[in-house]
Amino acid sequence: MTTKLKPVDVVLVGFGWTGAIMGQQFCDEGLEVVALERGPWRDTATDFATGFAQDELRYMWRHHLFQNLADSTLTIRNNVNQEALPMRRLGSFLLGTGVGSGGVHWNAQIWRFLPTDFLTRSHNEQRYGKKSVTDYDLTVQDWGITYEELEPFYDQFDKVCGTSGKAGNLRGQIHPGGNPFEGARSSEYPTPPMAQTYGPTLFGAAARELGHHPFPHPTGNLSQPYTNTHGAQLGACTYCGFCEKFACGNYSKASPQTTILPYLLQKGNFTLRTESEVLRVELTPDRKRATGVTYVNSAGEEFFQPAQIVILSAYVLHNVRLLLLSGIGKPYDPKTGEGVVGKNYAYQTMSSVNVFFDDKILNPFIGSGALATVIDDFNGDNFDHGGLGFIGGAYIAGMVTGGRPIEMIYTPQGTPAWGLEWKHAAAKNYLRSFSLSVHGSNMSCRGNYLDLDPTYRDVHGLPMLRMTFDFNGNDHKMSDYLTDRAAEVARAMNPREIKLNRRVGSWSVTPYQTTHNTGGAIMGDNPQTSVVNKYLQSWDVHNVFSMGAGAFPQNAGYNPTATLAALAYHSAAEIKTRYLKSPGPLV
Amino acid sequence: MSIDRRHFLLGSTAAGVAGIASGKIHDGELGGPVQVIHGAVPWQEGTADSPPGVSGSGYSYFTNIEAAFVEAALARLIPGDPVGPGAVEANVPFFIDRQLAGPYGRGDHLYKGGPWPKGTPEQGYQSRFTPAELYRAGIAAVDQYVVVTFQGHTFAQLAAPEQDAVLKGLEAGNIALDRGVDAKTFFSMLLQNTKEGYFSDPIYGGNKDMAAWKMIGFPGAHYDYTEWVSRHGERVPYPPVSFMGRPGWRNAS
Repeated sequence: MTTKLKPVDVVLVGFGWTGAIMGQQFCDEGLEVVALERGPWRDTATDFATGFAQDELRYMWRHHLFQNLADSTLTIRNNVNQEALPMRRLGSFLLGTGVGSGGVHWNAQIWRFLPTDFLTRSHNEQRYGKKSVTDYDLTVQDWGITYEELEPFYDQFDKVCGTSGKAGNLRGQIHPGGNPFEGARSSEYPTPPMAQTYGPTLFGAAARELGHHPFPHPTGNLSQPYTNTHGAQLGACTYCGFCEKFACGNYSKASPQTTILPYLLQKGNFTLRTESEVLRVELTPDRKRATGVTYVNSAGEEFFQPAQIVILSAYVLHNVRLLLLSGIGKPYDPKTGEGVVGKNYAYQTMSSVNVFFDDKILNPFIGSGALATVIDDFNGDNFDHGGLGFIGGAYIAGMVTGGRPIEMIYTPQGTPAWGLEWKHAAAKNYLRSFSLSVHGSNMSCRGNYLDLDPTYRDVHGLPMLRMTFDFNGNDHKMSDYLTDRAAEVARAMNPREIKLNRRVGSWSVTPYQTTHNTGGAIMGDNPQTSVVNKYLQSWDVHNVFSMGAGAFPQNAGYNPTATLAALAYHSAAEIKTRYLKSPGPLV
Repeated sequence: MSIDRRHFLLGSTAAGVAGIASGKIHDGELGGPVQVIHGAVPWQEGTADSPPGVSGSGYSYFTNIEAAFVEAALARLIPGDPVGPGAVEANVPFFIDRQLAGPYGRGDHLYKGGPWPKGTPEQGYQSRFTPAELYRAGIAAVDQYVVVTFQGHTFAQLAAPEQDAVLKGLEAGNIALDRGVDAKTFFSMLLQNTKEGYFSDPIYGGNKDMAAWKMIGFPGAHYDYTEWVSRHGERVPYPPVSFMGRPGWRNAS
């Protein structure tokens, strides 16, 4: 039996970054908002205290903060000729759950995409010809929005997080010390960059010597105390080295808990219900409008929550699955190329180079989620791709997120994985090694997509999501070229030796790569080729808005959070100024 | 998932939180108490999410035969010498035993539903076994292989070079095991758990005296490095610290 609840203005499905942003935006407007989160309540004082936060086993390897796959997972395969099997154990990406979700255990690496990243198809086609965007069955698209339109909302997110960094392009003026390739920023970062440890400093010197343009990684791990636009106070980061995959006990990492929730939860027109999982969006008989959502709580009781506006603010993979389960939009078919929901699933193409010194103590345990010196000389279209045979690129970061010893002991090429030789290599190299991260773009192609699995079902008896994904030829060429560039910088650091960890072969679910899944609910300017318009509004059901990186038509060589946050603020602004007055298609 | 795992109370109040926090399940799975949060950031006493350390001694999961295998294998995976402790001296067999006796061993975080085709290497772990079951079947299968190949000896009775040869065969997948055990899958879990026990906080039973941290120079659960960030190339002088503190703290009195 389904219990019908009191109607509200807005229901938020999922309560991480985009849920918190949209909740704050709508509650300030006076709307009645209910958030439904399928995981538990979590907060700094109770759940992330510094007395037990630095626990590699519990958080990284026992997945304490992540989605428990025993209840629900997705199925995976590399191509349509394989049988998809369940991801039985977390590996390649670490799905969040609970209040704050990925916003709790992210690294807080805060990047803006390049102006040309929003024009992946038209810009590259114009500069390099049609083949550059169609080789390897690429299906890259323009976003239907420009960097200039998003800039005020990137700025808004920076001021909520208190982002630490140095502007390289301030209102069109290039400033030394920042990223000279970035799009024009309307204001300087709210707080100065973090101090750099030895490894990133050596990396920066080597990169400069090669003629590149190193700068400190922009970060939501704050260099100094900051009070944000909602009155929330963050403290200075202590460089404890437990950031990614961990929660911050020090109120130093921007998260929904540290930046928005203290303000939002006090509002009388906001209610959060945890342990409440949405099963589907309910539609009117003509399927043109949503009436609300049906959800089940942890006692197995089912509810219908009527709402005027439905915001899908869960993770990419869950949003896409909800669209498919609710019959919103036409599912994508890789055989015909028709349909849109699930289309252009993309990821991130990661590789790295390890550097080993004899004579330098680098103290790798002094780290933070984005403690790095970076070069952006080979990202996006910051360099001439003529004759290279690929589009896109990567940033190269001399980065120290920590020195957590189960995960992060680097040993030289040819070292066995166990035995006395391994132990001696670990003891010798731990303090004297360093890693360059190559954070590459991932271009969408025809065969990479999401749909519903025909065999496997979750605890509710509903089909799991099925992911069909592999790296394509463009990704491999890009990654090889970029890994070679990283190796040049590594050699210029004058180490004893280096080790290249190239991206080889098919995508595998086993080693951790990154939790930057994108696409499947992509945005664009045409309902035939996209799921949502530039305001993240469903083309088919006008009161459903799908947030998050699912809107990315392909993934750029940057971390996704700032862009998906900016898209959320941009969507909220349009809903507040136009949609509330006259509900209907905004485009 | 069965309904009896769930703790449930639904209600609402004007401010704060409704719900029961006792028996709080929040290890990523569904099925904790429903909370309705309205009007304030909730806070409740007695709900701190402190880690589940272990105590006691002796094995609670391994049989004697299994313990002999694990101790022999770990002595080869991380041997002791003057550079640093071996896995056995670091108490890693005890760590693994307690892991297998607990939620990890039960496959608490694994998706266990069928069907179970073998899959491609890229599709990762596709075994029907929980970690505890994989150790039980895997140890029996390796000993069975060793008895046949080495004239009646168990793995623990082999000389070190022979043990190394068997471990390398498992690692490479060159040895075919019975009992439905994939050699590479078993080996990679054994090695991973060994490194976990060697380098995790001593509250979990391994890394005795933080000796593995001392060996590499990791200060452990140290919380604030601010003053060391700009001291490039200097060695941080702090001895390692665990969630339980460090011996020096106790001796100071």
